[in-house]
Amino acid sequence: MSDQTANVARAGGKRWSPILLRGLLFLILGLFVLYYTLPLFVMVVTSLKSLPEIRQGALLGLPKEIVLDAWSNAWSEACAGVTCVGLKPYFWNSVVLVVPAVIISTAIGAINGYILSMWQFKGSNIIFGLMLFGCFIPFQAVLLPMAITLGKIGIAGNVAGLVLVHVVYGIGFTTLFFRNYYVSVPIELVKAAKIDGAGFWTIFGSIILPMSAPVIVVTVIWQFTSIWNDFLFGVSFSQGDNQPITVALNNIVNSTTGVKEYNVDMASAMIAAIPTLLVYIVAGKYFIRGLAAGSVKG
Amino acid sequence: MEKLIARYLPKIVVAPSFAAVLFFVYGFIGWTIWVSMTKSRILPKYDLVGLIQYDKLWATPRWLVAIENLGIFIFLFVAIALVVGLFLAILLDQKVRAEGFIRTTYLYPMALSFIVTGTAWKWILNPGLGIQKVVRDLGFPDFEFGWLVDPEMALYTIVIAGVWQSSGFVMALFLAGLRSVNQEIIKAAMVDGIGPFRIYTGIIIPSLRPVFISAIIVLVHLAIKSFDLVIALTSGGPGYSTDMPATYMYAMAFSRGQLGQASASATIMLMTVCIFIIPYLYSELRQKNV
Repeated sequence: MSDQTANVARAGGKRWSPILLRGLLFLILGLFVLYYTLPLFVMVVTSLKSLPEIRQGALLGLPKEIVLDAWSNAWSEACAGVTCVGLKPYFWNSVVLVVPAVIISTAIGAINGYILSMWQFKGSNIIFGLMLFGCFIPFQAVLLPMAITLGKIGIAGNVAGLVLVHVVYGIGFTTLFFRNYYVSVPIELVKAAKIDGAGFWTIFGSIILPMSAPVIVVTVIWQFTSIWNDFLFGVSFSQGDNQPITVALNNIVNSTTGVKEYNVDMASAMIAAIPTLLVYIVAGKYFIRGLAAGSVKG
Repeated sequence: MEKLIARYLPKIVVAPSFAAVLFFVYGFIGWTIWVSMTKSRILPKYDLVGLIQYDKLWATPRWLVAIENLGIFIFLFVAIALVVGLFLAILLDQKVRAEGFIRTTYLYPMALSFIVTGTAWKWILNPGLGIQKVVRDLGFPDFEFGWLVDPEMALYTIVIAGVWQSSGFVMALFLAGLRSVNQEIIKAAMVDGIGPFRIYTGIIIPSLRPVFISAIIVLVHLAIKSFDLVIALTSGGPGYSTDMPATYMYAMAFSRGQLGQASASATIMLMTVCIFIIPYLYSELRQKNV
């Protein structure tokens, strides 16, 4: 806590009226709470209204009568063009895609991070730097050759292809997370184990891995959120039945056939948002840590 | 033999990842740059013809609009997100009750997909039943707010949604920064009778320089890559008035069958990111090794 920074403003407050200033502070903070929660609120209430009620306006009003039709419609009937199967199959596509991609990229990141911190060799920092740079490239620079490569190895357009893509471009971040975590582990631990005759895998399995729970949580959450929310790879490398949920959501919302059902659009958006929102609510602390680690290298 | 393997084991284990990165990142970037210097259209060709794709690109009105949009978007998005983020961080740092709750509500948009964000804001900003209607129903029948369908203004709706999604994150970065400011200096300044405004503008904010740099890097990077949000909110329209380099590249690659143009635009995006990222990574990695 920065008692001093807080006290600075308080000292100022004594010259004005402290109560007035405090009130103003809470008013501004409260207005921003409204600003950030309003879109979510609008989504939820719109998804619970009937279409006739929506057409009357009252964007911000609570539903007169709660109707769950839009949710069931979004889940199993909503149309994207001529396909009317709702989000359900695409939701499961995303699950089937996210689970292996997160597990594989996290495991690879853990081992890479372990090597690049505890078993450094000549050139290992260069390897790390090259991997790190891969996190920051605009993926447009690899989209076309990736599409061709996926076609050549015969996994274009399906979930396996997307798993590969997410693993390959996730390694940089997962390696970064683990390496930065392991760098702060005292190297003496490893040295002592080496003297006792423990090998590479033994040290990893019995010393390093057991102390890795926090960084594993951060990495899994980071990977889960970014892969679940991905749109660019999904829209570029998947077709038809194999699309992930973000692509299906966009197709439903931008579908031009039939009547525009805003409540179904909002229910669909909520369905796509719920998994990552849940993760954020349950493990927000780790989520923030991941964001910070992903931006402030070092 | 066993000893030999044990000795090289770390290198052997890291090698496949490194090879994958070399191939999928650097090899692919090389491919893209190469193809950007060919006459490729629907199918890639590999005969180098110089920079004609770039000449063509910079003579295409749609690309020029995309670049101008990106410039405006980066400037507004970064500046507003920084100001809002810093402002909220300073306010939240005043020993506020319920800080945890407030922080959580500021930050949750970062957990959402840009497609979800775009869908929500598209609904809120639509002139028919969105904010415009709300304000009109409040008794202002002449109120106009049709930015989403106005080619001159649609770009700013992307700024609104982008700032909404990212400013809480910037707030979190600044809050962490504020809490690691050297307290001794502030104490000394207070003893010297320097006012709170001067302490913030003269001491605390300048000391947040590294946080500013990190935040700017992340935000610029997000802005250059912005694709999902544009697609979900405006699809680049009306017309191509909100096109960005990322959507231009995608259109050339996957719907227009102009691989040369797609590669050239991707290369320019990459170069732009490099201008920001390489000095940053270089200084970060160097600090680590000292």
